[in-house]
Amino acid sequence: MASVETTRPETNVAIGPGLQQFRKNRLGMLGAALVTLITAIAIFAPLMIMHDPVRIMVGPRLADPSLHYLLGTDQLGRDTFSRIIMGSRIPLLVAFVSLGSSLAVGLVLGLIAGFGPRWLDNLLVLFFDTIRSFPGIIFALAMVALLGPSLASVILVIAITSMPIYARVVRTQTEALRSSEYVAAERSMGAGTTRILAVHVLPNVIGPLLILVSMDVPAVIAVEAGLSFLGMGVRPPTPDWGAILNDGFNYIDKAPWLVIAGGIPIVLATLGFTFLGEALREIFDPKLRKDL
Amino acid sequence: MRHEDPTSHSSAPSPPLLEIRGLDLDFGTPRGRVHALRNISLNVPAAQVVGIVGESGSGKSTLAYTVMGLLPQNAVVTAGNILFEGRDLLEMPSQTRRNLLGNRLSMIFQDPMTALNPVRTIEGQMIDIQHHEKISRSEKRSLAIQMLHRVGIPDPQSRMGGYPHHFSGGMRQRICIAMALLVKPALLIADEPTTALDATLEVQIIHLLKDLQKEIGCSVLFVSHHLGAVAELCDRVAVMYAGEVVEQGGVRDIFHNPAHPYTRALLECDPGRIRQKTRTLPTIRGEVPNLLGSKEGCIFQPRCPQAFGRCTQDTPIEYRIGVEQAARCHLLNEKGLVSR
Repeated sequence: MASVETTRPETNVAIGPGLQQFRKNRLGMLGAALVTLITAIAIFAPLMIMHDPVRIMVGPRLADPSLHYLLGTDQLGRDTFSRIIMGSRIPLLVAFVSLGSSLAVGLVLGLIAGFGPRWLDNLLVLFFDTIRSFPGIIFALAMVALLGPSLASVILVIAITSMPIYARVVRTQTEALRSSEYVAAERSMGAGTTRILAVHVLPNVIGPLLILVSMDVPAVIAVEAGLSFLGMGVRPPTPDWGAILNDGFNYIDKAPWLVIAGGIPIVLATLGFTFLGEALREIFDPKLRKDL
Repeated sequence: MRHEDPTSHSSAPSPPLLEIRGLDLDFGTPRGRVHALRNISLNVPAAQVVGIVGESGSGKSTLAYTVMGLLPQNAVVTAGNILFEGRDLLEMPSQTRRNLLGNRLSMIFQDPMTALNPVRTIEGQMIDIQHHEKISRSEKRSLAIQMLHRVGIPDPQSRMGGYPHHFSGGMRQRICIAMALLVKPALLIADEPTTALDATLEVQIIHLLKDLQKEIGCSVLFVSHHLGAVAELCDRVAVMYAGEVVEQGGVRDIFHNPAHPYTRALLECDPGRIRQKTRTLPTIRGEVPNLLGSKEGCIFQPRCPQAFGRCTQDTPIEYRIGVEQAARCHLLNEKGLVSR
């Protein structure tokens, strides 16, 4: 029982030092910069494009990069630069919507499993494990084959496959908290289940969960690009990084800039979110904390 | 929500604040039912401190948790009543019971390191505790500051914005005590509040509890296996063994004139009472019996140095010794010490 009676009475215990620690993490800062850049591009995309990204024959087919067509044109004479810029919106949209919805559903189901009666817990865990037992990409292909290739089915597939992981994390944390003494203390003060979940369980669960989500964003971007590359994602002519990669792949000998232009943003976005997620995890994961 | 004070009925001897009558409690386990509490009868009079002592696994904490209604789902009360201010806690609707918690009844837990939510400030937790009070937030805050000051937290005004990990174990237990007493309960249940603390802190906390109990005038149900702490703090003592109250009475009677062989054995094992130098501390031979299934005879019989024929067959009833003391032992009947 070390004496820590003299520690400073600080209010922003979690946020203040965390931010300072984040600034020292160079990869984290690089990740944050990349994520900010890509998000800004996605938001202001319509202002940045030089040509209509979906119009065919704005220039010659497979033109070399030039001042007029910064990254050349594809086999249908569309401006690759404009398509890359507009193409940033789809991966971010997919990541945001699919992870957001699977986070919400996973959180609720995890809380129910962790706090509810045992039979419901068993049922839900069986359900989570069933979904997780399918190999990811096969499940995605099957779902797309069933629903037809579209943005909505990509989002749905990703949401369904990532939900059980979040639900399980929430369930495990909830179960540990349920038997903790401060929840007993709270109940001894007359609190009901709703209050315990909202005030005690949720704040303890949400941190690890957000870290998990930020680590999942790059995976989702890769899966989305992969599905589009396989022709199972967004429909042409919608600009999308994976689709651009797929188009360029066929002309890799004549116009290699197409593949490069399609690949680099995917790599940068993936790296950016990975670095950011790693940095967040290092700061907020109690097991990796050095200052404690 | 204050109820009328039961002690104000000055006619007839005033009823105890908490009256546990013939309580039986089972835990359902995969191997069968464990009879964790058997035929517990115990009174906590108003403004008195009642200690519950016994070795680990004797059901002390289970009894405390039963009163608070904090037991896991596999616990079933099979018989008995728990009357609090004349109303049965086990019979009332759960909402009514919850309204009593953190209001007329509050509790201090064993481990102060885990009894506070690590992600919330002390201030937030202390304000939320007063959810039954119809006063403004700033009033609740100043009451919390006063209480923290009272339990000996220096500079509570600025410290209460801190999180639990800013405080040491002793400080946290002081905070827990402040929280439990902030609501001015009629009954405080303290479940081994000093077990997780070191010896010097233990003395401080016991004195703090004693002073606060006098100030507030509440009753305390003090669960402990530390006989010294019980002797220091309590007015009455109940000795528990393997889910039964084997002896209860005034603190002087129990310590100076123990009637049950188990109480005597327990007192002999207290290192604080051993006068000669010794290399081996005395122990009670044998182990706590398995509470699965039903047992015949006295529960302490296998370990009792004075056991005789009758002990294996009949479960002893509670024999009265004097006005306050009572014990469950056939010897008392044999010796003719009985008054009932």
